[in-house]
Amino acid sequence: MAPGTSPPGGEPEVKLVPGSLIVLTPDSWTLPFWEAAAEHRLVVPRCTRCGTFRMPPSPFCWNCQHQDVEWLETPGRGTVYSFTVVWHPLLPDLGDAVPYVPAVVTLPDAGGVRLVGGMVGVRPSEVRIGLEVELVWRDVREGTAVPTWRPVRSPVDGSGGPH
Amino acid sequence: MTLQDKTAVVGVGATPYYKRGRSLPQTNLELAGKAVLAAVEDAGLTIRDVDGLALYSMGLGGDTSLFAQVLGIPEVRFTATLTGGGGGAAGSVGLAAAAIVSGQAECVVSLMTLQQAESRFGASFAPRGKPGAQYSAPPSPQGNFIQPAGLIGPGQMFAVLAQRHMHLYGTKREHFAEVAISTRANAVPRETAIMRTPLTLDDYFNARMIAEPFCLFDFCLECDGAVGVVTTTAERARDLRHPPVLVTASAHGGHGRWGQAITWMGMPDDEFASSGHRPVAQRLWAMAGLGPSDVDVALLYDHFSAMVVLQLEDYGFCGIGEGGPFVADGNIRFPTGSIPVNTHGGNLSEAYIIGMTHVKEAVEQLRGTAVNQVEDARVALVTGGPAAIPTSGLLLTRP
Repeated sequence: MAPGTSPPGGEPEVKLVPGSLIVLTPDSWTLPFWEAAAEHRLVVPRCTRCGTFRMPPSPFCWNCQHQDVEWLETPGRGTVYSFTVVWHPLLPDLGDAVPYVPAVVTLPDAGGVRLVGGMVGVRPSEVRIGLEVELVWRDVREGTAVPTWRPVRSPVDGSGGPH
Repeated sequence: MTLQDKTAVVGVGATPYYKRGRSLPQTNLELAGKAVLAAVEDAGLTIRDVDGLALYSMGLGGDTSLFAQVLGIPEVRFTATLTGGGGGAAGSVGLAAAAIVSGQAECVVSLMTLQQAESRFGASFAPRGKPGAQYSAPPSPQGNFIQPAGLIGPGQMFAVLAQRHMHLYGTKREHFAEVAISTRANAVPRETAIMRTPLTLDDYFNARMIAEPFCLFDFCLECDGAVGVVTTTAERARDLRHPPVLVTASAHGGHGRWGQAITWMGMPDDEFASSGHRPVAQRLWAMAGLGPSDVDVALLYDHFSAMVVLQLEDYGFCGIGEGGPFVADGNIRFPTGSIPVNTHGGNLSEAYIIGMTHVKEAVEQLRGTAVNQVEDARVALVTGGPAAIPTSGLLLTRP
């Protein structure tokens, strides 16, 4: 399919970028997030002094400059804050990956911090700001999982998550 | 003390502008040198008068040590680079002014050189590239929270901001189209412009979608070329070749929580659908004692059409959220609009040299020598790219 055109038979479901393009390089402050992710748990660091959530995880609280955090496990529910539907493959490796939809999602259970992930189980025209979504972990390779987002009450049920 | 009106831009110079990769076999350094020599020649100076370089965009355009060694600058007395990326374009001239006002140097060159033969700036946040590729970001602990979703190009990232703006304020693709179409109209009569065919609304809506809401024509060009700018004291400027163009105000930076902006998407809610320029705009107006109604021509960094709309809001040409209807009403058209924007054809249609063409056009407007001359232009606003901190702004005036 040429980029930007609709295939015969209707709108395609969104895709994800190939796992080969996903390279994680955690530092000591982001590592707990990714270790939990590998176990399909969403944890978000919260300042132990003032309670401010930090994302991405970082060595200082931007509000009070304190360092220590507690890692709170949160339910992985959120709301689409904004997004784009990518139709043009920017790299040759992405030729079969469009359309894909990076979404910026706010986490109400973690002080409204945002977590970016690709949308799954939805068609491009169904994605809108304010859409309620739930986290689906995508296992990229052994020990590496990244967040993706699926609409709550997804039209594609029981898919077990993308791979 | 401020730097208000103490320095002047006295020379501008550029290479021809090329589509991506077409400047070969010239080297990056060769392009840079041609622009610098053209700029000092334009000023009526020689390279032996140059004693400083004020750069931006973290090494992208080259390094002072090489310029000095190859071009024959007798002594470097000031060299500094604004951190960040294209946000510092306008601010690099302010950096030059700061060097001069503080007595560290007297004749300072600002410069951008871009050559995209080997790699593309449009995929600059891709997690890998060819070995040695210049514009590919290595994975970082912060980037790990963006790249796995496939956000790897600036256009995709700014599309997320534009989408939010459309949601909040009802901004439409027709509004972004007006920026692309009016900018193209300005490029048509210019021999320096790469895109000289008029653009219609049909062309715009028939173009392929790249990253919603941005189609092909919402994106700037991918170019090679170089632009140099010479700044010196206002006093010395009086004796040089052209009427002086005063640096009336310059500001750069941004709210701390704007931070990495598009590469972390954590900006404060009340600023997310903005250009990040609001605090810079406020300081710029305050330093100059001027406001948007005083500006005769605005050269707004247009890597993406929508970001022109957002800057018009952030600099106060219209209210927040009113940028779409403002452009739809014809306000940015040359010569009829209330504030002609990007009379040179901008990054969208003339050439993308990371914003330095905007400085060159502002100078030509205030000299009265522009191709699309705004009648009796006395005050020009130039902005650097909406980007991670710093963004920047520059007010140039004709005394």
